[in-house]
Amino acid sequence: MSGDTLGSYRTLDGVPDEFMDDMGQIRPVWQRFASYLDGLSPSERAAHLARADQYLLDSGVFYRQYGRDQSAERPWPLSHIPLLIDEAEWRELTAGLFQRADLLEALMADLYGPNRLVADGKLPPELVAGNREWLRPMVGLHPRSGYFLHFLAFELGRGPDGKWWVLADRTQAPSGAGYALENRVATSRAFSELYARQNVYRLAGFFRSFRDTLTSLRSEKDGRVAILTPGPLNETYFEHAYIARYLGFNLVQGEDLAVDRGSLMVRTVSGLRPVDVLWRRLDGSYADPLELDHSSRLGTPGMVSALRAGGFTMVNALGSGVLETRAFMAFLPKLAESLTGRPLDLPNIATWWCGDPVAREAVQCTADRMILSPAMAWGLPIEADGAQVRAGELTPGDLAERLEREGRALVAQEAVTLSTTPALVDGTLQPRPFALRVFLARTASGWSILPGGFARIGASPDPAAINMQNGGSAADVWIVSRNPVREDSMLPSATPSDRRVTFGALPSRSADNLFWLGRYIERTEGVIRLLRSYHARLAETGDPDNPQLNAMLPLLTAHGVDPAQGIPEGLLSSIEAAIATAGQVRDRFSPDAWSALDDIQRTATRMATRVTPGDDAARACSKLLRKMAGITGLVHENMYRAMGWRFLSIGRLHERAMGMAQMLAVLSDPQAPEGALDLAIELGDSQLTHRRRFTVSTSRATVIDLLALDPLNPRSLRHQIDALREVIDSLPDANDHGALSPVAKAALRLYTALAVAEPEDMTPEVLLRLREEIGALSTLLTGAYL
Amino acid sequence: MTTRYRIHLSMQYKFDQPVAAGRQLLRLSPASIPGLQQVVSRRVTIRPKAHERRSFTDFFGTQVVEVVLPTGQTEINYDMLAEVICTGESDSFDLSAPLADLAGQIAVVTSLASGSPHHFLVPSPRVPLVRDIADFARDVTQGAVTAREAVVALGLALHEALAFDDQATDVDTPIDIAFGGRHGVCQDFSQIMISGLRSLGIPAAYVSGFLRTLPPPGQKKLQGADAMHAWVRAWTGGEAGWVDYDPTNACFANRDHVVIGYGRDYSDAAPVVGMLRMGGAQTSGHAVDVEEI
Repeated sequence: MSGDTLGSYRTLDGVPDEFMDDMGQIRPVWQRFASYLDGLSPSERAAHLARADQYLLDSGVFYRQYGRDQSAERPWPLSHIPLLIDEAEWRELTAGLFQRADLLEALMADLYGPNRLVADGKLPPELVAGNREWLRPMVGLHPRSGYFLHFLAFELGRGPDGKWWVLADRTQAPSGAGYALENRVATSRAFSELYARQNVYRLAGFFRSFRDTLTSLRSEKDGRVAILTPGPLNETYFEHAYIARYLGFNLVQGEDLAVDRGSLMVRTVSGLRPVDVLWRRLDGSYADPLELDHSSRLGTPGMVSALRAGGFTMVNALGSGVLETRAFMAFLPKLAESLTGRPLDLPNIATWWCGDPVAREAVQCTADRMILSPAMAWGLPIEADGAQVRAGELTPGDLAERLEREGRALVAQEAVTLSTTPALVDGTLQPRPFALRVFLARTASGWSILPGGFARIGASPDPAAINMQNGGSAADVWIVSRNPVREDSMLPSATPSDRRVTFGALPSRSADNLFWLGRYIERTEGVIRLLRSYHARLAETGDPDNPQLNAMLPLLTAHGVDPAQGIPEGLLSSIEAAIATAGQVRDRFSPDAWSALDDIQRTATRMATRVTPGDDAARACSKLLRKMAGITGLVHENMYRAMGWRFLSIGRLHERAMGMAQMLAVLSDPQAPEGALDLAIELGDSQLTHRRRFTVSTSRATVIDLLALDPLNPRSLRHQIDALREVIDSLPDANDHGALSPVAKAALRLYTALAVAEPEDMTPEVLLRLREEIGALSTLLTGAYL
Repeated sequence: MTTRYRIHLSMQYKFDQPVAAGRQLLRLSPASIPGLQQVVSRRVTIRPKAHERRSFTDFFGTQVVEVVLPTGQTEINYDMLAEVICTGESDSFDLSAPLADLAGQIAVVTSLASGSPHHFLVPSPRVPLVRDIADFARDVTQGAVTAREAVVALGLALHEALAFDDQATDVDTPIDIAFGGRHGVCQDFSQIMISGLRSLGIPAAYVSGFLRTLPPPGQKKLQGADAMHAWVRAWTGGEAGWVDYDPTNACFANRDHVVIGYGRDYSDAAPVVGMLRMGGAQTSGHAVDVEEI
């Protein structure tokens, strides 16, 4: 044995373990993995695990952690050791889950339909009528697709008897499938040699068939499928963006959508376009402020009305959150018999609704094993939310009194015990409790299951500690076959359904964010350039009152930048604005570009604490400029040249044109101090060109010619305007058989003004007027597209 | 004997700035309710002409007109004209359940139909449980034996304790604030009473409607003197069922009360949902005439 990785593995007393049986033998499904892991030296192993961490870091996988007053993005806590499950066991589990999914569908159809279960006394009416997730406006609405439920998750645990139990049903807007994919990529990188040889079922097929299903739910060929997210502040927004990018669907927020004559529409740069299928990652009650929660700011007025009109398919139907009610667990075993005709193959955690006298008696008899919690709760029984009470901790008298008084609002559940699975703790494998989240999707041929999932691993041996908000971590799940499995990469393959997705019209909000992202990136670069020249001159002259420095001040203060600070606040806030804007369009953003932005923010923030004005700041700015060049390349040059790229480009050209017009107006002013023209050439990054084109020294005419009017100089005003005009002409409805839109006309006017101008025409006043006209383009664009 | 009314409601909104298109839900017209009132005709007119318009019946049986208005309006008018035959008689006998039996009688109602008491027992968006209101309700109903007695006791006590003041609260004032100030309008009176009744285990619903006001003797009735109104509906047992009580006027609802619809609270029954709120830039007004014909 090369390390002591496995040697010290001891299961916990009385707790079943996935890896090792009671006799201390490694279970068959794990043997290959164990010997592989054991064969690695500690340094080899560290290098392997680092590959996974590097992947997660590079792709910027995060989740949002909520603190007392604020929330923050946290790196993804991967537990490197996957959970291994044997194919035969998995198959049995799958059959039980499919039955449960059918049961939930039938229950949903009854709750929003005839309500026979309540009428027949099989379900207490108060658990429905008093349930905030039972959405009255949805009663009587039949889903257009014929089904209420299309995508489900289940939280599973293995009990002390070795059998799997359902701990919770996730029917509202289940999250985690995207994280399961990321866990898989990371883990398979760490153990790539083994992963290639182990017969592990691949995940891509599940997503592909669900994507095809969503696409097939459209009523028209040109209808869109979109994913509805609450937005970047949501705990799992990363996943929403990730799934949208992975499946090639638009990611939209409530304000992007509108209802028009019973149809759901998305606001795009080409006007309103129909959305035919909406996969919602937003809780149902927020979906429509008119008919559901009136205080919702995340929804779309008229959403329910469009559903009533059969205008689109909602996945899952609004109101499906009711199925997650904890008290329902007490009734599902019996309901299974009435609704599916047979008992549950896969039991759920034993639950008693204390409104029933028989249940109250049972709870009192076995009080020491029972946890009391609210009947109307929707979270997991393992996530301690402060409302749980151990029944055994109350005196029998107090318990009886409490059950009698509050019974109808309480459920009792058997205290959850979870089996353990190995996790690496300080370099050795240790058993840790886990819960397994699995995912089901409805396809044309019935339910299908993601062969894998998402295991939440406890931070300590206490089962209550698996919650990620409390320090738990996540592991990949490998379903291991005894035979070779079909290779099915997650990378785009050539199967018919994987053919190029045609890009739908760009949502207006995305266009707006891309436009501003372009502006912020360009602004940041411009400010750094200014600062560098400022500090280089300061270092040369050692005189903060030097006239050239004073001449630059208005350019800096225009951006809220105070050069007395080495790396000023104004620069940091410009970078922050770029990141916040990029965060809004994360689904359109490559992970590399994201980490480059993140990198420059960290670098600049670090520099701000110690960089001093003068030479130190000038060198820091040079470093930042090099990093900016990287971002520009990644964001701009690697982006697909679709509509989004155009708006990003417009933002960038627009900002650069405004900056250049202002800089020239200030520095070419006849009142400007000596050397201002050279400074302009330097800020315009055009020293070499100037020297080559004009052998004479700088004059007002040569500087204006090169920086304002030369179409071939990529930094000149003319060049920005030419490019702006070209991009604007390619926007929707810009040029309708020669009839120009207002924004296209404005761009043409600017273009013409510059094309016919002579250097002597370009007085500071004319330059400032041009700058205003360029500014007005932004207003016109917003009016037309955003 | 029946009474026949012609009801005219006119609502007007004015804006300083043209406003963007809005989608709104209007709950303005009376409902046909077996044994209580029957609608002969009803019509809602919208100016400017709505861009989209459709009607549906909501969960609680209220007629809802859904409209989308064209953009750029500075004035919006809603007119509702209806003829209603009122047939209801208020019960003078107390057939309601003893308070001690009420929970048991609720439990045996295995229905989720809109009139089921189960919808009206737990807190709803605008009616949370408020300790002060619950304490008040418990104190003033000490002597009540039946559910109906408790309804009357609480209604009378609230009528005495609260001052009617249409300047003190607005439609969004939470009930604990209104109760704390001991003032409000019919909406506050009703929602406070609902909270109190639910705290006693009595299912209670919000009723939106019209109230006919009679002029003082010898005087001519003024145009527009009637009002949109709100009162309370309490479920008092399997036999007596629902009774309608008006805490603002300390009486059971009678022939002067015409129902638009029911809900758990104002949020289910608001006359207009979705009207733009624009701070001080908006003025609104409404006038109601309930005329016996």
